[in-house]
Amino acid sequence: MIMKFFRRGQRDEKLEQSLQKTRRGVFKQVIELFQRSEIDDDFFDDLEALLIGADIGADTTDQLIDELRAKIRERGLHQPAEAQEILRADMISLLKKAVRYRRVKILQRGVPYVILVVGVNGVGKTTTIAKLARYHQQQFNRQVIVAAGDTFRAAAIDQLQLWGERINVPVIAHQPGSDPGAVAFDAMQAAHKRAADVLIIDTAGRLHTKDNLMQELGKIRRVVQKTVPDAPQEVLLVIDANTGQNGLAQAAAFAKMVEISDVALTKLDGTSKGGIAFSIVKALGVPISYIGTGEKMDDLTPFSEESFVDGLFFEKHEGEIPV
Amino acid sequence: MFESLSDRLQGVFQRIGNRGRLTEKDIDEAMREVRRALIEADVNLGVVKEFIGAVKERSLGAEVLKSLTPGQQVIKIVNEELVTLLGSEQVPLVHANQAPTIIMLVGLQGAGKTTHAAKLAVHLRKGGQTPLLIAADIYRPAAINQLQALGKQINLPVYDEGVGETPPKIVERGVRVARDKGNGTVIIDTAGRLQINEELMQELVDIKALVKPHEILLVADAMTGQEAVNVAREFNEQVGLTGVIMTKMDGDARGGAALSIRRVTGVPIKFLGTGEKIDALEAYYPDRLASRILGMGDVLSLIEKAQSQFDENDAKALEKKVLSGKFDLEDFLSQLQQVKQMGPINQLLEMIPGLGAAARKQDVQVNDDDLKQIEAIIRSMTTEERRNPQLIKGGRRKRIAKGSGRQIHEINELLTQFKQMQKMMSAFGKGGFPGMGGGGGGRGRFPGLPF
Ligand SMILES: Nc1nc2c(ncn2[C@@H]2O[C@H](COP(=O)(O)OP(=O)(O)OP(=O)(O)O)[C@@H](O)[C@H]2O)c(=O)[nH]1
Ligand SMILES: [Mg+2]
Repeated sequence: MIMKFFRRGQRDEKLEQSLQKTRRGVFKQVIELFQRSEIDDDFFDDLEALLIGADIGADTTDQLIDELRAKIRERGLHQPAEAQEILRADMISLLKKAVRYRRVKILQRGVPYVILVVGVNGVGKTTTIAKLARYHQQQFNRQVIVAAGDTFRAAAIDQLQLWGERINVPVIAHQPGSDPGAVAFDAMQAAHKRAADVLIIDTAGRLHTKDNLMQELGKIRRVVQKTVPDAPQEVLLVIDANTGQNGLAQAAAFAKMVEISDVALTKLDGTSKGGIAFSIVKALGVPISYIGTGEKMDDLTPFSEESFVDGLFFEKHEGEIPV
Repeated sequence: MFESLSDRLQGVFQRIGNRGRLTEKDIDEAMREVRRALIEADVNLGVVKEFIGAVKERSLGAEVLKSLTPGQQVIKIVNEELVTLLGSEQVPLVHANQAPTIIMLVGLQGAGKTTHAAKLAVHLRKGGQTPLLIAADIYRPAAINQLQALGKQINLPVYDEGVGETPPKIVERGVRVARDKGNGTVIIDTAGRLQINEELMQELVDIKALVKPHEILLVADAMTGQEAVNVAREFNEQVGLTGVIMTKMDGDARGGAALSIRRVTGVPIKFLGTGEKIDALEAYYPDRLASRILGMGDVLSLIEKAQSQFDENDAKALEKKVLSGKFDLEDFLSQLQQVKQMGPINQLLEMIPGLGAAARKQDVQVNDDDLKQIEAIIRSMTTEERRNPQLIKGGRRKRIAKGSGRQIHEINELLTQFKQMQKMMSAFGKGGFPGMGGGGGGRGRFPGLPF
């Protein structure tokens, strides 16, 4: 039943593994919840607690529960297990339907595919860039270069350069404190000259409430558009799965400034469930494209709605209850 | 983006206003709003439930139900309980009898440990110390360079051994160096780690056993969601915390995680990080954080002001008048004076959640000059006229206009609006919530006043 939705494959297995930790603790409650004998007020209360506890937020939680109640009534259901199936399907379709723009990723020969990576401080931008560079290299055999656009934070350039050495990717960098726009400009030149397929630009972490810093992102964008008009073809917003309801404000502010095309949800190897993804996808209409599940270069996985939702609450392990 | 809690509470109490005194059901409705606000502020649901229980119990007490302004009382209780939970006083950093005082920073990845190690060092230097920073993050690429660069920037020494040694060894030797060189304080920057990573948590336990830090501070991101409780609980149980630094408070996160962390660990919040600059470290005030979590702006200071201006007996007398629909221009004038004592009217309006927004929406421009004009008009009336505004007809209007230097239509305007206000007030009067009403008001020069 539930399992048949789960697309098995190497990548999904990895996601499943890392999300296993995410479900720790919650998992027992979920099993207990859906194994109850009847759907009563307690059932809905506990379900609500579960959804809110996953950072799904009050509005989306209400929406999910209202829909669930309506369907249970319509279909005359009495078993929590049946409710589980409905909820699961609703959550997946909520994520899927909310995507209004899915930018088709087309790489043209001779034109660098530029990825601009943005987000608030410490969410995992630089690490995600290293993983993403590696992903393009390994999965598609593309030639990648990265630009050290964070000229502000102490040793941010060193950090990216160390990653560059590890994954064998050239890093275009200026001095600390220099203009990020100039770095982006040079990186574009380098990308053209070296006929790189992909250019990934790191940016300094910035709180979405700081106007002047947000403006700077607009400037970087204009710089790359000088030589490739539709660049950056991908604007990746990095969101930390630990983020609570503020994630929505972050997403909205970055989207306003630079037209976010994709979201990466990082640190899903921790215990946070990343439920803010629902609100973000709904608000921006763009997909979560990647998830980060660790600090190593291969800890990046393409997002799948089914795996994500299953990883949150629903995956059943026959017989055993993980601790 | 968020409707503030006080806006919502105001909504609830206004609806109640037309029905009568507060009942348990009304309080429940108000509590639902509080609950939602706290959830939106990322307070852990378990903590929210417990909190609501406490607030509800107090709200059902006589102090609220019999109050002239139950809505304000409930808001006050919410705030007081929140401040209590957040820790009513500041807890300073421990100062070791025998130098050096050892401070270790711990937390999840990306919380801001390295930056705060440097900020804390600068803060302590202001107190006359020369802290030594120890770079014990051997995992994140360039973490050591980052601390070294910060050390250079703030001109304080950083001890590191590269990435080839284990953190406990590095820290042990670093502390010895501090002792030899006479550094009064040591600040240890550890790698970010997940609380479920047994190996890395053990590493912290090992460091603790070796150097016995006087302070182990959890560095936590203000934007953290519901899991903050589990993270904090695990760090506390496994390593033992003495304090918390909430970082990235310069953003617009409500920071409910602070409440959750404080509740489950009982550990005091010691500092707030408020920016990327090295001096952006602030002492922690529970009351400020409380209004931030609730999104209540300055409404509390307004309530306080109003209460200090508002004599209890006057209030009772006013209540009677309002209840019997006898609130007249004379009362209005004395209200105006009280309002004036509280400060510039614009500021006051802004402080009243909902009203500020409503005023902006209706494009009501209120300034102190308007108030002066209103006052001038009322002062040009006889006491008789103030008590019975319906007496003011054509001839009297002309006289008042002349006396106050205003136009007749302005006199008319004021009278019309006052009539509306009287109606509104008696409606509120029946509900026992005349306080923060204000909803009606007028379009134009003379706003419906909040009182
Ligand atoms: N556990 C875990 N840690 C991660 C993940 N992604 C990044 N990190 C860690 O989070 C911390 C911050 O990551 P960075 O990549 O430096 O984050 P950033 O957004 O570039 O930070 P700033 O440039 O300072 O704003 C580092 O310790 C990373 O190793 C992840 O998926 N899981
Ligand atoms: Mg970075």
